[in-house]
Amino acid sequence: MLELLEKTAKHNGLVLAFALVGLVMIVSMQLSRRLTFGRVHGSAIAILIGLGLAYWGGIQTGGQKGLADVTLFAGVGLMGGAMLRDFAIVATAFEVQVVEARKAGLVGAVALILGTVLPFIVGASVAWGFGYRDAVSITTIGAGAVTYIVGPVTGAAIGASSEIMALSIATGLVKAIMVMVGTPMAARFLRLSTPRSAMVFGGLAGTVSGVSAGLAATDRKLVPYGALVATFHTGLGCLLGPSLLFFATRALVG
Amino acid sequence: MIIYGTALLAICHLLGIFLGDLLGALLGAKTNVGGVGIAMILLICARLWLHRRGLMPQQTEMGVAFWGAMYIPVVVAMAAQQNVVSALRGGPVALLAAFATVLVCAVCVSLINRGERPVPEADAEARVATQRA
Repeated sequence: MLELLEKTAKHNGLVLAFALVGLVMIVSMQLSRRLTFGRVHGSAIAILIGLGLAYWGGIQTGGQKGLADVTLFAGVGLMGGAMLRDFAIVATAFEVQVVEARKAGLVGAVALILGTVLPFIVGASVAWGFGYRDAVSITTIGAGAVTYIVGPVTGAAIGASSEIMALSIATGLVKAIMVMVGTPMAARFLRLSTPRSAMVFGGLAGTVSGVSAGLAATDRKLVPYGALVATFHTGLGCLLGPSLLFFATRALVG
Repeated sequence: MIIYGTALLAICHLLGIFLGDLLGALLGAKTNVGGVGIAMILLICARLWLHRRGLMPQQTEMGVAFWGAMYIPVVVAMAAQQNVVSALRGGPVALLAAFATVLVCAVCVSLINRGERPVPEADAEARVATQRA
């Protein structure tokens, strides 16, 4: 009986991964609603749980691929692997409304570029300060400070180690949580009151989950404007991270 | 058919990754240069083009939208296979980098938004309404 169950799970790895992630999502949504009253977005909690599972997998197996190293959960490696991940990220571009985005105008574009370059510089400087000296690691951690998507996409493209990628995801994740929790508290300081200000915020803060959750907690009318620009943010980061920013970093540190 | 949407996404994805690899080879980087970003731009353009010609029924859109909605779950699965054990040994890099980033960006947002001309409340509301319409 148990053997049969194990066989089913092992032979349907990807399907098991869908079920497992679905379960994680349900738990996180409930935790988000009951414990934080929606202040921390469910997706952020889900990612934290994912990182927790990866930690558990790493302790259990001593491997480098977190939960995917546990034979039973090998399907997680397929679901969260580079192929499906990039496929899903590209699909999010479908939600971008070009006409609406144009209305953000010049200030939106400036915010978008600043929102990619500034976090990168800060993240890369911190990485340098902690003794990372190779261009690949510095770039990956810097890209993680842009968002937790740009980090691993950049890292995968330039061949960073899994350890550095995890560090870069963690950086982006901590940033997303800080934006979610901090936005409603800092709304007055940020002057978040108009669609234009929301677009500036979306461009500079970047992280889609952080921006949409943070704005939802501040003023729900502002959400589409912030999220719109933030959606471009990931694309711009994915475009600049492994190219221009990597070359610039390599030129600086050799 | 729903597969048309997914196929469109797949074609943009493959083309973007290919162009990214090509660009990488041309630049001598031996890596994929912005393939995902190129794929995203291709998808946005393809969608605009098809929409204008009425070749984008809702069923087709759903074939892309489903994968867009799978974004967060896939990211959760991605998080679950990272080398967290080693990352935690990396120390407070993540915490410090994130905190400094948020601080710098918040100051920037505040400075840019302070430059905005104060718009009368009614005017701003009207603009929101026209943009929604």
